[in-house]
Amino acid sequence: MRLIPFKPVVFVKPGTRFSFVTHYKIAVAETLLLIVATIVLLSTLGLNFGIDFRGGTLMEVRASSAVDIADIRQKVAALGLGETQIQTFGSATDVAIKVAEQPGGDAAQQAAVAKIRDALGPGFEVLRADVVGGTVSDELVRGSIIALTVAAVGIFLFVWLRFEWQFSVAAIVALLHDVLATLCVLSLLQIDFDLTVVAAILTLIGYAVNDTVVMFDRIRENLRKFKRMPLDQLIDLSINETLSRTVMTLGSVLITLVALFFFGGQVIHGFILTLLVGTAVSAYTSLFVAAPLLYLLGVKRDWGTAATAPGRKPSAAARPETDDAANDADAEPTPPSVVAAVSAASLQAAQAPANPLPGKTPSAPARRPAADPAKSPASKRPGAAKSRRKR
Amino acid sequence: MLYFAPWKIATIILVSFLSLLFTMPNFLPKSVVEQFPSWAPQKRMPLGLDLQGGSHLLLQMNTQELLANWLNTIESDVRRELRGDPSGARPVERIPYTGLGVASDAVRVTLRNPADMDKAMTRLKRIPQPLSNSLFGGTSGNDIEIITPGGGVIELRPTQQALTERTTGALDASIETIRRRVDALGTTEPVIQRQGRDRILVQVPGFNDPQTLKELISKTARLTFQLVDPISAEEAERRGLPEGTAFYPSAEDPNRREVLRTEVIVGGENLVDAQPGFDQRTGGPIVSFRFDAQGAQRFAQVTARNVGKPFAIVLDGKVISAPTIEEPILGGSGQISGRGFTVEGVNELSIQLRSGALPASLQIVEERTVGPSLGADSIEAGKVAAIIGFTGVAAFLIIGYGLFGLFSVMALVINLALITATMSLLGATLTLPGIAGIVLTMGMSVDANVLINERIREELRSGKSAITAIDIAFTKAIGTITDTNLTGLLVAFIMFWLGSGPVRGFAVTLGVGILASFFTATTITRYLVAQWVRWNRPTTVPI
Repeated sequence: MRLIPFKPVVFVKPGTRFSFVTHYKIAVAETLLLIVATIVLLSTLGLNFGIDFRGGTLMEVRASSAVDIADIRQKVAALGLGETQIQTFGSATDVAIKVAEQPGGDAAQQAAVAKIRDALGPGFEVLRADVVGGTVSDELVRGSIIALTVAAVGIFLFVWLRFEWQFSVAAIVALLHDVLATLCVLSLLQIDFDLTVVAAILTLIGYAVNDTVVMFDRIRENLRKFKRMPLDQLIDLSINETLSRTVMTLGSVLITLVALFFFGGQVIHGFILTLLVGTAVSAYTSLFVAAPLLYLLGVKRDWGTAATAPGRKPSAAARPETDDAANDADAEPTPPSVVAAVSAASLQAAQAPANPLPGKTPSAPARRPAADPAKSPASKRPGAAKSRRKR
Repeated sequence: MLYFAPWKIATIILVSFLSLLFTMPNFLPKSVVEQFPSWAPQKRMPLGLDLQGGSHLLLQMNTQELLANWLNTIESDVRRELRGDPSGARPVERIPYTGLGVASDAVRVTLRNPADMDKAMTRLKRIPQPLSNSLFGGTSGNDIEIITPGGGVIELRPTQQALTERTTGALDASIETIRRRVDALGTTEPVIQRQGRDRILVQVPGFNDPQTLKELISKTARLTFQLVDPISAEEAERRGLPEGTAFYPSAEDPNRREVLRTEVIVGGENLVDAQPGFDQRTGGPIVSFRFDAQGAQRFAQVTARNVGKPFAIVLDGKVISAPTIEEPILGGSGQISGRGFTVEGVNELSIQLRSGALPASLQIVEERTVGPSLGADSIEAGKVAAIIGFTGVAAFLIIGYGLFGLFSVMALVINLALITATMSLLGATLTLPGIAGIVLTMGMSVDANVLINERIREELRSGKSAITAIDIAFTKAIGTITDTNLTGLLVAFIMFWLGSGPVRGFAVTLGVGILASFFTATTITRYLVAQWVRWNRPTTVPI
């Protein structure tokens, strides 16, 4: 019974060993460059704020035949409505007209819509007319800033609770990196920055953290499994192990986003473009920014000792005990690919917790010289393995 | 992993079946759904304004006006109490006062003789009313505080709590009024909701004339009948207004003013009916109305006493017309005509009069209109994108994971059905960002399946037997899936909590999608794989 007549394509060959952490200097340079670029772009080009955030009027009209943009520009300019933006979108018959908020309260905004309608004359169908008053747009700005901040803080706390503060910091920096890079692109392309773009950025934050969390999860698992592997190698190993998943998930998300971008209609273009850019960037960020940053910050290797920082307690408690049991049971046959990748010293270390008699393992100090302290920034605590077992 | 308790299997099959069943109405034409037997699900996701076209208005209540109206009422109450009733059957003496008026947020009055203070206070204490919820609050009993700063001055100040209560009440009353007005348009399923402390959201799907809608709902439509003071406007300007009168602008000519008595003979609240029509003599458009019993009686009394004098019909503070009372009007019905009246105008006015007046005027702070063709375009675009997105992801999964990819695709189908079914049951509105959310969920929800499939691969590579590898993979992947889904839910929750409008719709879709994908990955995929293992007893896994 063969339903699928071909062998699945393996996109990431097993045993792939890219080194991500060692190139951290490039990542640091790139991040600094990005920060400078963001500052420069936002202060020169700026973001093309939509009426949601600036107040004003947005009209989208459809002409019966191809339109003469210059003619419409002239007609609208003659109305003396102040700053206006007029452009076609989607097809040659659809025109978007954006007018800044008119002085004189909300009645003035309504009047502007009527004036434009009259100026265009017959032969134009109004697809959409949005008028946002100043009070509402101020609130929307405030609401959006609050939402983004709460999302960032929430994720910081969540990651802290589930992992360690170093993971939290790395996740937040990665997140900021994603958002900044996306803002840069939005500024460069002058995409209309409206409410849906904020929703896209929030979604992006959720997705990007997803990616980072999957990687962190694997790092944490490997930290327990290979107690003596140098951190940089351990992080690289973890990323490589999850690389295939990253490719599959990223691929699926990109397929849907591309479908939405090309076929989903004009209304959500800005929204989808933001997600598209952000998703692509976030894949890079998790691998090349979050991971090296975690390495630079260093991670405590003594998972499970309860008598350290009080903030750690919940993370240890939240971890399901079955995880440990599974780890101990299956660490025994070390995968061949791992053997090939790691140094002899760390291999020895890797096999240490695989002792068939858990709980009777001799405490770590005996084998301590085997690990190279210079290579691992976070020093291992003697007795870590032992105390873990006892829990 | 292999063993599923019978109740679990039953639940999985039931959930899958129900989700498919409840999804169905969304994909069938309305006429087919209506012929379903009554037990079958018929609920569809209502389409948002962006998909079916319509008008969206955000109105803000003028709380300043509300306060001003209240202060005016207090002012006339104070006047009545202090003036007494010297010539009545049981005479009440007059307390002399001066400088009665509204000062910012309070009513002030100065007694001519400070010795009258006790007497005045006894009478004025009748004005404040106990707050409706003072039973529970217990702190502040009355809606108005009376302060005596000395020197014979008395101040009546509405309390903050009372003001809040009034705003809430006025907002609720406005919503009712607007609902009646919008219902008169005969459109389907308008949304009229309270938003925040002083705002009302009005969404009328399929209605594309925002101008008419705005005129209809933002007008206060407060109709009053008042007597005209014999003094002319020019004279009043020179000599000052007589007591109990005020200037009212004319509706026809904003530069003309009339002096009317502020006392209202009959108000719009006494109307039982109002209909548009045509004047039999002139042929011009009119609104004919009928008073209730109380209104008819009052109107008859006043007109009988004032034959030969003019009275004014005032709408929203503007004099529409001021006819002379030819004879007492006893029948309790009449008609309003004005020089500026149009056919549409009287139509609108009669709807407004029937629905009652708004307690305060409403200001439009946000307005969004979507034409019907843009909505149709968006639905079409959403469908195409969804089909292409789904096909793409399905192909990608099958190419990447073979048979296990097919399992994931089946889980994905149930997942999508579960999302649409849940949203149909919740009555969540489907918007274009919502469709994007569903399509995006397709991409994101495969993550759980991807995590499981990758684990199976890894476990196999480490030399485990087929069944052990699958078993361990499911156990281990759950931890990671929980972590990633929790972050996703966190973001969806924040979006729903702090977002508005389209963002909320998107957040609902995203949140429901995450929960559905967690369910399908951990139960449906697992069940499919378990069945496959049981039937084939595989030694190798085609992944």
